[in-house]
Amino acid sequence: MSALLETKDQLSPDTDDVYTALMVAHEGLSEAESHALNARLVLLLANEVGNSTRLKTLFEEARAVRERRKGEAQGEAEEETDE
Amino acid sequence: MAYSYTEFPYCKPLELTGGSSDAPIAIIGAGPVGLALAIDLAQRGVKSVVLDDNNIVSVGSRAICWAKRTLEIFARLGIGEKMLEKGVTWKIGRLFHGSKEVYAFDLLPEEGHQYPAFLNLQQYYVEEYLVQRCHDFPDLIDLRFLNTVTSHHDLGDRVELTVETPDGTYRLDVTYVVACDGANSPTRERMELAFEGQTFEEQFLIADIEMEDSPFGHKDVPERWFWFDPPFHQGRSALLHMQPDSIYRIDLQLDADADGKAEAAEDKVLPRIKAIVGEKPFKLDWVSVYRFGCIRLEKFVHGRVIFAGDSAHVVSPFGARGGNGGVQDVDNLGWKLAAIVQGEAGPGLLHSYEDERGHGADENIKNSSRATSFMTPKTPVEALFRREALRLAYDHTFARKMLNSGRLSMPCSLDKLPLQTPADEGVGLAPGSPMLDAPIVGAHGDDVWLIGSMPQGFTLLGFGDVSLPDIDGVQSMLVARPDAAVLDRYGHDVVYLIRPDQHVAARFGANPSPAAIEAARARALGHAPDLQVAAA
Repeated sequence: MSALLETKDQLSPDTDDVYTALMVAHEGLSEAESHALNARLVLLLANEVGNSTRLKTLFEEARAVRERRKGEAQGEAEEETDE
Repeated sequence: MAYSYTEFPYCKPLELTGGSSDAPIAIIGAGPVGLALAIDLAQRGVKSVVLDDNNIVSVGSRAICWAKRTLEIFARLGIGEKMLEKGVTWKIGRLFHGSKEVYAFDLLPEEGHQYPAFLNLQQYYVEEYLVQRCHDFPDLIDLRFLNTVTSHHDLGDRVELTVETPDGTYRLDVTYVVACDGANSPTRERMELAFEGQTFEEQFLIADIEMEDSPFGHKDVPERWFWFDPPFHQGRSALLHMQPDSIYRIDLQLDADADGKAEAAEDKVLPRIKAIVGEKPFKLDWVSVYRFGCIRLEKFVHGRVIFAGDSAHVVSPFGARGGNGGVQDVDNLGWKLAAIVQGEAGPGLLHSYEDERGHGADENIKNSSRATSFMTPKTPVEALFRREALRLAYDHTFARKMLNSGRLSMPCSLDKLPLQTPADEGVGLAPGSPMLDAPIVGAHGDDVWLIGSMPQGFTLLGFGDVSLPDIDGVQSMLVARPDAAVLDRYGHDVVYLIRPDQHVAARFGANPSPAAIEAARARALGHAPDLQVAAA
């Protein structure tokens, strides 16, 4: 993992609160609407981070997790066979 | 009023009447790039022969958007003010998603520049003005229309061209050939040079229409409208631009598998245009369907054959980087070629043309590829992110900046490239930057523009209380009492060595030593020892 990546937990003690709020933000949306919300969220958060090097590190990490945890990504595997 | 095309006269070339040209340079192609190069060379006292297989200016408006730096170059070449007088400077840009306006922006120009950020003017006018300007140099520019180069041989110390005319074929010997013969360059094809890069599947339709009523609704405010997914052309993009003479440019994205020929037919084009401009009467002036790529030659210099403009690199049209990139090639190449044929520099200086303009081409390719990708999402998720960026853009400035309908051509910096002398830390323009314009008080106490006042060759340019030593081959100009705008751009008590293409070669303090200036000039001409090694 890149040294630029923030690995320290920064959400505690509000972790549950934040996670719940994220779920609430998606409540009542169709899957397509949720995907759209997530896309907006990524863009808003990207602007909030405001640092292209850190963002690229985050994009790479999100992608790298997919490779590292391939066997464990059951949901994703199912989605892929759906297509 | 639509443009009226006139044919340029064909004259029987010297070689077919018993004489022979002594011009060291042959320029293939009398488009904006070739003509600009002939003028640049002539202004430096270098003769050229311009060979074109045609005898008419560009048919259709083609390159219409000229960026500020290009206008400054055209000003140096003597047609800037004419372009400014005729062209349209658009002020308001509007961006639509579907039928809704996402946002509008007023292009308030920065004060203190002679030329605007950009100007719309059809390529045929630019070529007409350039041809007229060429006629100011009857002893230096030999314009030869209906002269088709059919072969060339690089003999190591010169190039031998075979040229076909209505009166027969002749041979022309020159020291260098510059191929300004466009995207489908016959010169490049004859040499079988690889021309590779990213190509895009989508096709685009461009149409010029002439109409008295403005499609923008109010005639006096030139605008630029861009649509993502317009109601009249669903799922695609569209662009509407204003040109002089009540001519409007419409760009429409077509499907990848569209039949280009059928799409260019009037019965297909007219309904598409009506869908945009409504029932207001208009006349179709020119239509073209094209597919594009972002492609460059790996090397722009092949022995004594040099490529400039579209023959060397092509980009998608978004961002207006084709014509502008080509004119900036000329700006970079003209003085170097002149220095070589006049014996002030060795042929190695041409490597820096390849370096510097290759860098410019890469920048243009990167920007126009990104714009094209944004306009033509390849996957559902690309389309999703674009749609959501558009939705965010109503309220969020950062998202507006993501909406890429073309990033307008900006001059590229040549900072860190080897012709420039690195500067000490300090305020002011970095070596490699193009000059920035500013209002100054001229030698006769009148208000003039800085860039417009610059001498042709290497120039020592000082601001404030500085000393400008006399150096062989370097002219000097002093702005003794710079105002706030100038200080802001250049700094106080500072001296620059400016290259003949108005880029900073070196930046010094208030009292530069003659030796330091001479060394910087020698470096800019390719004489520095490390450059000699690189060239070898």
